[in-house]
Amino acid sequence: MELFSKYDVIVIGGGHAGCEAATASANLGSKTLLITMDMNKIAQMSCNPAMGGIAKGQIVREIDALGGNAGIVTDASAIQFKMLNRSKGPAMWSPRSQSDRVEFIKQWRKVIDNTPNLDLWQDTVNSLIIKNRVICGVKTALGIEIFSKTVILTNGTFLNGLMHIGTVSFSGGRISEPASLGVSDQLKAYGFTTSRMKTGTPVRIDGRSVDFKSLIEQPGDEDFHKFSYLESSKRILEQRSCYMAYTNEVVHNILEWGFKDSPMYNGTIQSLGPRYCPSIETKIVTFADKVSHQLFLEPESLDNNEYYLNGFSSSLPWNIQYEALRNISGFENVKIYRPGYAIEYDYFDPTQLINTLETKLVSNLFFAGQINGTTGYEEAGGQGLIAGINAHLKAHSMSSFTLNRDEAYIGVLIDDLITKGVDEPYRMFTSRAEYRILLRQDNADTRLTKRGYDLGLVNNVRFELLNFKAHRIEYLTNYLRNTSILPDKCNNLLLAKGTTEISQKVKLSDILSRPQISLIDILELDSSFAELVYSDNRVLDEILESIEIDIKYGGYIERERIVADKMMRLEDLKIKGRFVYADILSLSTEARQKLTAINPDTIGQARRISGVSPSDINVLLVLLGR
Amino acid sequence: MELNWKLSDITVFDSIVFCCFYLSNSFVYFCTMMNQRDTICAIATGGQAGAIAVLRVSGPEAITITSKCFRPSVQTKTLANCKGGTVVFGRIMDGSEIVDEVLISVFRAPRSFTGEETIEIACHGSVYLQQRILELLLKMGARLALPGEFTQRAFLNGKMDLSQAEAVADLIGASSKASHRIAMHQMRGGFAGELTLLHDEMVKISALLELELDFSEEDVEFADRTLLLDIATRIRHKVQSLSQSFKVGNAIKNGIPVVIAGETNVGKSTLLNALLKEERALVSDIHGTTRDTVEDTITLGGIHFRFIDTAGLRNTVDVVEQMGIDRTRSKLGMAEIALAVAEITLPLEVILAKVQEIKNHSAEASVVCILNKADKLSDDDVQARVEIVKQKLDLPVVAISAKFFIGIDELESLLVKVSGAADVGENTLVVSNLRHYEALVKAGDAIDRVISGLNQGITADFIAMDIRQCQHYLGEITGTFTNHEILGYIFKNFCIGK
Repeated sequence: MELFSKYDVIVIGGGHAGCEAATASANLGSKTLLITMDMNKIAQMSCNPAMGGIAKGQIVREIDALGGNAGIVTDASAIQFKMLNRSKGPAMWSPRSQSDRVEFIKQWRKVIDNTPNLDLWQDTVNSLIIKNRVICGVKTALGIEIFSKTVILTNGTFLNGLMHIGTVSFSGGRISEPASLGVSDQLKAYGFTTSRMKTGTPVRIDGRSVDFKSLIEQPGDEDFHKFSYLESSKRILEQRSCYMAYTNEVVHNILEWGFKDSPMYNGTIQSLGPRYCPSIETKIVTFADKVSHQLFLEPESLDNNEYYLNGFSSSLPWNIQYEALRNISGFENVKIYRPGYAIEYDYFDPTQLINTLETKLVSNLFFAGQINGTTGYEEAGGQGLIAGINAHLKAHSMSSFTLNRDEAYIGVLIDDLITKGVDEPYRMFTSRAEYRILLRQDNADTRLTKRGYDLGLVNNVRFELLNFKAHRIEYLTNYLRNTSILPDKCNNLLLAKGTTEISQKVKLSDILSRPQISLIDILELDSSFAELVYSDNRVLDEILESIEIDIKYGGYIERERIVADKMMRLEDLKIKGRFVYADILSLSTEARQKLTAINPDTIGQARRISGVSPSDINVLLVLLGR
Repeated sequence: MELNWKLSDITVFDSIVFCCFYLSNSFVYFCTMMNQRDTICAIATGGQAGAIAVLRVSGPEAITITSKCFRPSVQTKTLANCKGGTVVFGRIMDGSEIVDEVLISVFRAPRSFTGEETIEIACHGSVYLQQRILELLLKMGARLALPGEFTQRAFLNGKMDLSQAEAVADLIGASSKASHRIAMHQMRGGFAGELTLLHDEMVKISALLELELDFSEEDVEFADRTLLLDIATRIRHKVQSLSQSFKVGNAIKNGIPVVIAGETNVGKSTLLNALLKEERALVSDIHGTTRDTVEDTITLGGIHFRFIDTAGLRNTVDVVEQMGIDRTRSKLGMAEIALAVAEITLPLEVILAKVQEIKNHSAEASVVCILNKADKLSDDDVQARVEIVKQKLDLPVVAISAKFFIGIDELESLLVKVSGAADVGENTLVVSNLRHYEALVKAGDAIDRVISGLNQGITADFIAMDIRQCQHYLGEITGTFTNHEILGYIFKNFCIGK
């Protein structure tokens, strides 16, 4: 028996994309190998120790609903949980947790080691084995050739990674970890275009040196919410607070002294960083009139003293960072573990991919995560899942699996990447999703679990839970819609809640649709409803939340659905492979080039390509003739 | 929370995204092709005045939509009951008002030109009537067809053979390119600045709302509702003034409607002929020679006028003539300019009374008083009478002899002045495209919902739905709104990134 037989799927890189990809393909039945430089740093949270957030939390829920692992691992490692945007409509509610970074790694490792069909190998891939533009395997630093039907590249920031702290620059993929060289150049030779991006991370602080009394405490939420839909996934760890601190003008002045040695400002760093996540030096320059910037001190682990200083990302010389910190109230005696740094890395123009994340230039080769110009663990995980699923499907000659823009943020993410490309690290925002009212954290299971089940990635437990929930929601909602209440039964409560009385009997659902009234009030008003509700406590909080959202916001949701359905008809018009765009002279020159390069699947996608005009689309439609 | 929206808001330009396209014609064209479930309508006979005109309605709702504004003369013979290939007589109704008597041909899918349910309305041929019926159909839920769209549908429904496909492609290409050029020319010409302003206001309000949603955790100040209301109100104001300019724009394009009104035999048709400098209208000394409205267009001082001769106003027992007179009254209601013609030889109080009556019927029109047959009095008498009428009625007055071409030049320059069209300079933004107009009306509805949402304190995510609708429609006129642009505004103006 050989150690390395031929694999179906090899995943290079054990970050958030790689772990999700490897477990997905293995769980689907593909013989999978995960190659990572350091198996003790599986799914390392290289930047802030948090999962989720606005639009990102929805992605984690989607990964979970499809049978991925990010949600389960996050719940098991969460040391603070918050539902952001609670004052907005339900589509804006976004779960976020602080995770214990050490526990996060441990939990992922546990998942990986318990996934059947999945092998782990610690090594570095130096080159890909490609024959006739089809990937066949990889060659490692140890000189081993390992063969497979498909390969998924999830290199993160490791491809030609170059870090900067002040005037010091050094090669590496993360601090104290070597960069990965060779693969970029090899792929360039195959015609791939790459470019550089820049990101940064802040200083890590020793919590024992912080005067927490001078900071503002930010505790988490105590309620039922979590990331995984599974009943077995629970938030079990002790909860910790975050703390707020503020910079001041003295701090800004000190930081400015360092600008001459700043790689950002002396021209060392040329590549683009994310505008939504600027370094502290960029903030000072761009918003010069702002005398103070907010910082968040986030705990990294229950078992050590490390804190992450959110908002203080910097590549200034370490001593400038340190001096500036000491002038922040609460940090007078601060000790730091390591300074912030900036990192430049290669990414591949994602328009070189199709919607399964397979590359157009080399068959059976998939890219996922930061290599595609994205940022964020959630965005990486979502891509990893889709790449893992499709690598499995491709390895077994099965048809591909993709998500639409009205189905999931993951669908929006991938479509944006492959259609529009990126010009700064791509982060998800709710405003990127035109049908965001449909893409809520409460309904990711309704949207996606059935699809995951049909695929074979979602197990029976999860699917049975979905059906149970759906039946309960339907049953209880019908009760509310069909049961009326008399004025004398509810007017006291209505008045007490500051809403108008009723003069004749009214359906309970109409009462509930008033903004002042919650489902809890209805439980009080109608004891037989309460009896029905409490007859089964299984995932009751989630069920009640869904019912309330359906009834209170049903009108908006239905309206968004109608708009989405009309637009999605454009996605039914498949055009891939039907045209040689270069030969269609009635298209504009730019459209011919863009359509050739991106080779869209559908008219809907073609329309989203910048530079393809409506008249170009007309020409295609007429030529289609249907 | 109140659900403040109507399904009808998203029926017309429905299959369009707000973030891709920038010009209306090809834009709408595109979505139509995508969405054959729309019901479309258009004037099939070219839109010029003629004895009769035909309007065509095609699509799944063709019969339902037409039925909403049609009353068959035999009550049971509703369009819905008709088999394909039947013709029904009846009236086009705008509520309780009779618009015209028409013949409607019903074609059932797939046995029609387009292959869809189709209605053809044969109406009387005045441009006004055609437009009026078209507007009614639009109001009932049809969408204006694009150039070649009926042919397009016929093709897509397999009613044309494939060898014709290329011809169709050429047709479409040509028409959208031409309209593209025209629109671009317009954009560059006068009103790009104003549109940019409107566009920027939209980006701003959108960015301020999205800021609350995507960056609620950031240390930035969120716009209060008063500021948002301010911006929304400014947008509404601009959208409204644009859509109102459609009336002017349309007039400039299709001709400013000028109605010639007055007693029978006062010389209205002679005046029309004098203006047209040809024997257009039938002229005789017999009262009531003109039994229906006659119209024609003429360009004076670079401005297009559409002259509408009318049957004289008098009480008559002649049924046909009475119908014409009734129509005159309704014509007066929609004219931009009414020429009140009276004989200068009549007693002054009679002249005043008759002109006053015409003025009363001419709702919003500018009235010009014309004293005809000036050749029959001395110049001094003419001058004296003109002055008195001017004073008593506070109207521009001109004395003419239509028969001898006296005073026609003066009348012409007066018309140019009264039309106000000469004031529409290069820098005035005028909407003359009906599709732009439709888009503006819908954008206006959406921004109204934004304003009521802001007043009701609805959260930003729901207000943003209407903002998106508004952007979607305005995008056709002001250029599209991209997410990139909105995020760009946020990153530029707010310190994001904790």
